[in-house]
This record gives sequence, structure tokens and C-alpha cells, in this order.
Amino acid sequence: MRKNRIGVGVVALAAASALVLTGCASGGGSTPTSSANLSAVITTNGSEPQNPLIPTNTNETGGGKIVDSIFAGLVYYDATGKPINDMADSITTTDSQTYTIKIKPNQTFSDGEAVDAKSFVDAWQYGALFSNAQVNQSFFAPIEGFSDTVDSPLTGLTVVDPTTFTVKLNAPQSDFPLQLGYTAFDPLPANAFADMTAFGQNPIGNGPYKLASSSAWQHNVQIDLVPNATYTGGRKAQNGGLTFKFYASSDAAYSDLQANNVDVIDEIPDSAISTFTSDLGDRAINQPSAVFQSFTIGVAAPHFQGQEGQLRRQALSEAIDRPTITKVIFDGTRTPATDFTSPVLDGYSNSLSGNSVLTYNADDAKKLWAEANAISPWSGTFQIAYNADGPHQAWVDAVSNSIKNVLGIDAAGSPTPTFAQFRTLVTDTANPIQTGFRTGWQADYPALSDFLVPLYQTGASSNDGHYTNPAVDALFTKAASETSTDAAIKDYQDAQVILLKDLPAIPLWYSNVTGGFAQGVSNVQFGWNSVPLYYAITKS
Amino acid sequence: MAGYILRRLLQAIPVFFGTTFLIYFMVFAMPGDPILALFGDKTPSPALVAQLRAQYHLDQPFIVQYFIYIGGIFQGNFGMSYSGQPVSEILLRTFPVTLRLAVLALFFETVFGILVGLISGLRKGKLFDGSSLVVSLILISLPIFVIAFVAQYVFGVQLGWARTTVGPGAPIQDLILPALVLASISFAQIVRLTRSSVIETSSLDFVRTAYGKGLSRNRIVPVHILRNSLIPVVTYLATDFGVLLVGATVTEGIFNVPGVGNTLYQAIIRSEGPTVVSFVTVMVLLYLVVNLIVDLLYGLLDPRIRYVK
Repeated sequence: MRKNRIGVGVVALAAASALVLTGCASGGGSTPTSSANLSAVITTNGSEPQNPLIPTNTNETGGGKIVDSIFAGLVYYDATGKPINDMADSITTTDSQTYTIKIKPNQTFSDGEAVDAKSFVDAWQYGALFSNAQVNQSFFAPIEGFSDTVDSPLTGLTVVDPTTFTVKLNAPQSDFPLQLGYTAFDPLPANAFADMTAFGQNPIGNGPYKLASSSAWQHNVQIDLVPNATYTGGRKAQNGGLTFKFYASSDAAYSDLQANNVDVIDEIPDSAISTFTSDLGDRAINQPSAVFQSFTIGVAAPHFQGQEGQLRRQALSEAIDRPTITKVIFDGTRTPATDFTSPVLDGYSNSLSGNSVLTYNADDAKKLWAEANAISPWSGTFQIAYNADGPHQAWVDAVSNSIKNVLGIDAAGSPTPTFAQFRTLVTDTANPIQTGFRTGWQADYPALSDFLVPLYQTGASSNDGHYTNPAVDALFTKAASETSTDAAIKDYQDAQVILLKDLPAIPLWYSNVTGGFAQGVSNVQFGWNSVPLYYAITKS
Repeated sequence: MAGYILRRLLQAIPVFFGTTFLIYFMVFAMPGDPILALFGDKTPSPALVAQLRAQYHLDQPFIVQYFIYIGGIFQGNFGMSYSGQPVSEILLRTFPVTLRLAVLALFFETVFGILVGLISGLRKGKLFDGSSLVVSLILISLPIFVIAFVAQYVFGVQLGWARTTVGPGAPIQDLILPALVLASISFAQIVRLTRSSVIETSSLDFVRTAYGKGLSRNRIVPVHILRNSLIPVVTYLATDFGVLLVGATVTEGIFNVPGVGNTLYQAIIRSEGPTVVSFVTVMVLLYLVVNLIVDLLYGLLDPRIRYVK
């Protein structure tokens, strides 16, 4: 899910890992007290949704947090990212390609309409249909019949009986059930399809909350949600409602938190990064999250191909002093990277073979750079492109200086004024970008595959560096068709060992989620995806 | 008089077309594809991008886009934002909030500015004049976001006298602190302006004559000195009202006021042509109207200024 339009680098995000869970007593997960007030409305920070509130058309967190609260999919993720059945009774497969999904009986939308197999199948068909131009269209790409150029129904979806449907994929995908907690896969009631525009302004869902009234969404101001009595799943609201107050800046939200005007915020402004832990004490949250930051050097960049390119990429990576930069520039709200994924995921490893290339080693970096120069002498400036409307200049300059000091070459940032222009530059296939460029990735579902396949598979949608390696592709395909999770994890780790040699992107660090909550608020736990588990929050 | 007003109003027509055209062109000329930016660091499929571009007419040449927009306006349709709301609704929701904030700020700066300026001018070189000079210099030299953050922290967080940010519905009591912040910079300008104008007027012959006639100070100061000193101040206030309407972006951001500046800023960042152009156009028209009112006020302040044609 996209955090906001300036890119994931802007924002502080949250996630809980196994590690974090043990520490969550201090991070807010205190036990419910008898003074908790079930009718207390929790106020939290949000931003005006950029799209109507339709699950298949919401891809940024402003709208995502709301959609996730008012809809319930087949599964939801607990704080560790483990999928737990929500609407689904069971999801079974024998070959990782055809899945049979049974839905719990007697589930309803907040207006009483039944949630059945058809609610899901119709919603997915709508989201996937090319001419509906939904921003989450690509999530349906694995399902048989999908097309991103013409209108084509998902022939892989079959309703068997009112509570059962089957999904046939184009190719085996062992972690498909893991994806189903993403909002794009939520069901829709029948009346939504009659007028989707009106529905998006005043949606009827099946989640733990519903809109307080037909005018609950006060644009640019706030949206008021109340508990949905018809929801019976595991995310039952423990509070009397949820108000997302829309902030234009995280500074304003932080001031409100200090004045106790807002209960929970999931973003600390840059201006308070160095002080928020002392300001808030044990009400401060700073945990690793599912956000990976790197910079990419495209295969078209001169001097970065073949043997010479590999040496130069490794030299650059070893020339960056990640621990110092994360400490000085980010006050410890970033964690130096040891792989290409995220520490909150099942399958994350800090001991992949060859990950020493991510450790600062000035001597070895100089040696590797000299070897590359023996193949073809370096000339010019090494540049990292970034968008100047996001807070990237400080770290890009720090990384450039680190490279400059170690390798003795010219290195500098190359800013573009806006994010739109930056993305246009990066995705221009006719005229590929010749410099390094900032890249960041926030996962939509808690799986290693989501950090790897879209970015490094040959021809993948977000493979902006146009990296290609048949060995990596083969491992991705093998992992997808594995029937055991452990085997799939092993394949993805093997693929990363190759990536650590080729370095299509140079891993930098994982963003932490930073946040805080007000006095009197308890049970604040941040999910794997950096979003608080709102339903569990209580207030005395 | 009526003819004059009519002529001034007719002038608004070319200004309307000029501004909409220019602003639309500037938004159009912003580099980068706003549709790509909607997907964050993910790369959407080219066909999906093409389809969304067509939906917002971004695939059309500039002049066609402009006429689609203008054609819509004459049917009462200001276009749609990317989140699917009619721009006219956004206008109707945000302008009253900013207008309230601007009027409140204008009120504070006018009352306090003229009062302090008048006293300073009458007591030139005394302690009050000196300290008001120091205070106004400090206020002028401080960037507004510094004043805003300090005010928010001290009065909102520490003392708890005001809400740190503006609540739903933007009630007047929530707007007082942002309005005071907004007024602070112009307050200093008005003090300086009023002071020098009062000093100048005080030394004019007619004031001396008035004193010579034996009129009381209580009559001379408001009627003779103040009234004749106000013309430059009123001109300044008029331009400042426009600035308050347009330039409250920083203050609105800090106090999270759901007003014009905030919304416009977000729209510019998203390259939402229809929203940006509609907002700026309404601002320009407001600016024209305010200036017309001020020009008419001159006539009241100085009977020598007449609008006969």
C-alpha cells in the first residue's frame, strides 16, 4: 500500500514483528483495564482519501486505513502479519494453483445484505475489469482470464454454491492466500455496482466499523466511524468508534497529540524525530516496519554492466556507512538493511551468504573500485536522482559523501522538483535513466515475494532498473509453485544471495514506524503494515 | 457612481479568462505525469495509465483541455478532483472557512495596528513609540511559521488556552489563535504605516488651524488626523485581505485549518488542474471585488476623490 504520493521515504510507518511483540508492553500493549470505556471514541490521524472509498480503487494509506476498518476480507493480518480467517471459513488447495474458498455462514454487510461467494466474485470481477480502471487492478493479474489491455472476465473465478467459490490461477502461487488480506480483495454489496461513484462516497461494508451516518465523511476534515454490530469476526471493536482526523501535515498531528487532542498517531514529523521518545516516554513507538529503502542503478547506466558493473555496485555498497547515517540523519528511526525484504516478515534473514557487501568496508570498496577501473576507467560523477518534494536530500547527500570520501570520486544527488516528474523520469522506458535513483518499497501483504518478484523479476511491473537474471527468475518460479512455506522461503533466500552479488538495487535501510498515543489510551499495537490495530485500542 | 462600478465589474471578464488560461497553462506545463504519481513507487501498467489519463482528459492537447474545463464552468461544472468530488463542492466547503479566518485576522490587525500606530504617531519619540518600533521590527523579521509554531506550542500545548489545531466546522473560538498569528505580520506593517502617516498629517496646516481654532484634542485626533491618515492604510488593508485569502497556506497547514490554502497546496502537489484553476480564479475574482470596495471607500475618506464616470 502506498503511504502517500511523495513516496514511502516520507513517512514513518509501523509494523510489529515477533521481536516487537515481546516489547509491546512498553510499546502500548498493556493489558485491558477495568476502567476501559467501551463507548470511548478513538481519534487518530488520517489524511483525505485520494480516491473514493472503494477497496479496489484505494492504494494509499489515507484511504486504506478507512477501507480496512469498514470492510472485512477473507482473512485479516494479526500484529505479526499472520493471516487469520475473517470472512473465510477455509482456503484450501492441493496444487497451489486452484484454491477452494469457503465463506463462514451468516455473514452480513452492515445493511443486512448477506456476504456470500457472489459478493467476493463480483467485487473481484469489477476490480479486475480493464475499463473500470481501478488502481488495484494489477492485484488480480495472477487469476486466470485477467487482461490489462482489454476487458476480459476473470474466467478463473467460479461460484460453486452460495458460500463456496474457486479461484484458478494462471500459474501456481503458494503464497496466494497470504495476499487475500489486502483491501483489493474485499467483498462489495450488490447495490454498489449500480452507482459506484455514489457508493465510494458513502460505502456500505462488512468490517468492524461502519460510517456513522451518510454524511460521516467530511471531506478534508474528518470521517466518523462507529462499530458495526453485524460484524462477528476477530477484529470486533473494543471502543465506541473511530474518528480519522485529516491532517495536512504530521506536525499538526503531533501538536495535537501533545495537547491530548488526538489519541493515536502513526507518524512522527521530522521536526520531532530527535525528541519524541523523550517527549512521550513509554507512549512513543519506534519499531521496524515493512518498508525497504534502496537506490537502484539501471542496467542501462554506463560503467554498470557485466563484470565491471558488478564490481562497481559492490564497491558503492561497501562505501556507504549505513549505521552512522541511520543514526545521524534519522536518529535511529531507520534500521540498516541486511537483505532485500524486511525484518518483520516470516523468512527475513540477517545471515544471508554474501550480505557482507552491505557492511561498511572502505578498504575493500577501494580495492573493488580499482579492479573495475582496470576493466574500464571511471569518469564523471556518480549521481542519485530523487524527488525534492520529499525529505530525501539529507540522506542522499550523506550517502554521496560517504561514497565520495571512500572511493575518491565525484558523487552527488540529482534532485527533480516533484514526485510526478521523478516517477516519469524513472519509468521512461524509451529513454532509460542513466544515473542511480532512489527506490523504496512498502509491502501490500506480508510475504517475501512481495518485496522481490515485482522488483527484480525480468519484465516485472516495478522493475524500474530493468534487471534480468534467468537464475533469479527460475528461483522465483520455483518458490511460487512450492507447496511448503519453508521451501518457498528457502528459494526466495537463495534468490537474494544472487541479488546480493548483482546488486540491481543497493539496499540501504528499513524504515521504522514511529508513532505515539495520548495518556489514558491503552492496547495500542501497530500491525505489520505500520497501521495501528484500531479495533483493539481502548481509552479510559 | 453606478457606471463606474459597472465598468469595474466588466473589467473582471478579461481578467477571468486571462487568469484561468494562464493558471491552466502553468498546471499543464508542470513536469511529470500526475497519474504515475498516484501509484507511489509502484509502476502501473501502461494501459491503465493511458485509461486514467483519458478519464481526466490528460491525453488531450492543452487547448482542448482548457476548453473542456471552461465549457464545464458555464454549465456550473468546475470539474472533478482525483478523489471523485466535484470541485464546486470543495470550493463551497473551504472558502467560508478561509474567509472567516481572513476576516478575523483583518479585524485584529486593523484594530490593534491602527490603535498602536496612532498612539505611536502622536507620541513620537516617547517610550511607547520606541517599544512599538522594537516589537513591530521583531514581528516583521520573524517568518510566519516560527510565530505559528511558537504560538501553537505555548498557547496550545503548554498553557492549553487554545486548541492546537482547528476542530470540525472550524468554529470561531478555534480560529482566534491562527487569526492572531496571521495578523501579526501585517499588524507590524500597519503600525509603521499609520504612525508615519499620522506624523505627517499632524504637521499639516489644517491641523494647526484646527488647534488654533481652539478645537479640543479629542475632536482633532479622530476627525482630522486619523481620518486623513487612513488612505494609505486602507490601500494596504485591501491588498492584505487578498494576501490573507491566498497566502494563509502556511498558517492553515500548521493549525490544520480545512481552508483554501491547505486544499490548494494539496491540489498543486497532485497537479489537479481543475481544482487549482478554480481556486485561483475565485481568489482573483474576490481580489477584484475587494479592491473595488476599497476604491469606493476612498471617496468616503476623502471627498476630493469622486467617481463620476
